[in-house]
Amino acid sequence: MSAFFTKSRARNIFYGGVVFSALLFLALTFHTIRKMPQRDHRENLTAEVVRGKHLWETRNCVGCHTILGEGAYFAPELGNVYKRRGPDFIKAWIKVQPTGVAGRRQMPQFHFSEQQLDDIVAFLKWTSEINTENWPPNIEG
Amino acid sequence: MLPLLQYPSQAVAKPYFITAIGLFVGQILFGLIMGLQYVIGDFMFPAIPFNIARMVHTNLLIVWLLFGFMGAAYYLVPEESETELHSPLLAYLMFWIFLIAGALTIAGYLLVPYATLAEMTGNNLLQTMGREFLEQPLPTKVGIVVVALAFVYNIGMTILKGRKTAISMILLAGLIGLAVLFLFAFYNPSNLATDKYFWWWVVHLWVEGVWELIMAAILAFVLIKITGVDREVIEKWLYVIITLALVTGIIGTGHHYYWIGAPAYWQWWGGVFSALEPLPFFAMTVFCFNMVNRRRRQHPNKAATLWALGTGVMAFLGAGVWGFLHTLAPVNYYTHGSQITAAHGHLAFYGAYVMVVLTIISYAMPILRGRECNPERAQVLEMWSFWLMTVSMVFITLFLTGAGILQVWLQRVIDNPQPFMAVQDQVRIFYWLRELAGLVFLIGLVLYLVSFFVKDKPQTVAVNDVQPAAT
Repeated sequence: MSAFFTKSRARNIFYGGVVFSALLFLALTFHTIRKMPQRDHRENLTAEVVRGKHLWETRNCVGCHTILGEGAYFAPELGNVYKRRGPDFIKAWIKVQPTGVAGRRQMPQFHFSEQQLDDIVAFLKWTSEINTENWPPNIEG
Repeated sequence: MLPLLQYPSQAVAKPYFITAIGLFVGQILFGLIMGLQYVIGDFMFPAIPFNIARMVHTNLLIVWLLFGFMGAAYYLVPEESETELHSPLLAYLMFWIFLIAGALTIAGYLLVPYATLAEMTGNNLLQTMGREFLEQPLPTKVGIVVVALAFVYNIGMTILKGRKTAISMILLAGLIGLAVLFLFAFYNPSNLATDKYFWWWVVHLWVEGVWELIMAAILAFVLIKITGVDREVIEKWLYVIITLALVTGIIGTGHHYYWIGAPAYWQWWGGVFSALEPLPFFAMTVFCFNMVNRRRRQHPNKAATLWALGTGVMAFLGAGVWGFLHTLAPVNYYTHGSQITAAHGHLAFYGAYVMVVLTIISYAMPILRGRECNPERAQVLEMWSFWLMTVSMVFITLFLTGAGILQVWLQRVIDNPQPFMAVQDQVRIFYWLRELAGLVFLIGLVLYLVSFFVKDKPQTVAVNDVQPAAT
């Protein structure tokens, strides 16, 4: 085997394999990018949603929560929280943090304005409408 | 003064290794804080909220592994290329830039509210912060690019002027890939779905792509040194391993595209290819044991040999087996974003990347300190730390897996699924056990640190003692 399968042959298989995989991946990516608009409904990306995502990021929400299953596993999934709780609950919840209940996990107070709360809700609403192939399995996330 | 060091410029690796270990300690301390917050929710709140501790925990991990990779490259490339490093001065300069940037970033996380930090550091110019693992402020991200480019330049010039081996070329390919893919950290569209799609080009294509090249190259280098097996054999294995790694890993990115808004066909592409991702790790395990069994010399550094074998086994278990457990779409539908993910993350990072960096440190650090291997007692202690850290990490993984299975069952499978926090309350026992295992890990880490300072007892032979006769 070692006479046939030499180091230079192994190297050539490596180059061939990587080039092939990379091209296939790029082709699939190209197709995905063309299909995504129908799945993420980007026509609904309003200025509110964009500001909401900015708030989501600059408050490091993903440091405790998951969104579409990605992030930290310390606090509930928020990809579908708009459907689970609705806009009013979300705003009220954010306003009363931290609960200060001894021994319970705490969420910081972010001192959002009404406008900012609406932005966050808009972002979570838009996110909940992405076609995720029916993930999560149920409303609890 | 350093008789064993073949090229004096290899010595630049030393501060990189020492810093890597120092940051490792910080990472573990913050891990313990988070572990406690899982059961005592308000522990250290509001001084260190969970999200801050987690940023410090994961960012320290990434930074110390990068320090380890850079140290490894500075150590092994001159020896492979049979020439001095292109510019030791540049390597020292980049060391300080990276260290100061890293320290300022961590201090920023801990001392300033994240939103304020974002505003202070120009996040509004180019919004890149607040995404998992890529939380660093813009100046830090730019700093990472500068350090990575200078580093790749330095290593590349060294390889260019010297001997070109498969090990050094593959290491360089991995490092270039690392630097190039990081550029996607600067791309953050306001569309969450496309944001996620390309976010994985940094995260997945790093840890399940180009980092595997770096890891395999480091392992191959250490195995040549400690086993004396023919380079032709080792480098042939190396090509087989990295071919498997990239052919499965690149399309395998698709296992992150199941539920984020990408087309459903990724469930097939991602599932089939990522199901094969254990193969390169299995090959690495077989490779390590095979080479050690066929060794042509008995290297006195037994601890380094243990780390190398351990890397093979644990990477296969953590990245391979624990990854496979939840990579197929029908399984991942239930386990996605649960404690199962956390379990896999812990064992995969420890088994593959932590252990490979500790392998090269174990091999190179004694030589950097002017001896072929550490004294016997130091090695024994280091091997104790190996077992304590490795076994406790296996237990952390098992406890998190237990928590994850229960979580998935109660929250996603049964007829009356329960809310997130109600479920968390019911799996507390696993979190307590995980924290306990974490403390054992810390003990192992302390022993590891101590092993650097242990000397052999001076041999005292009393002249008047009667020597026992051989029987």
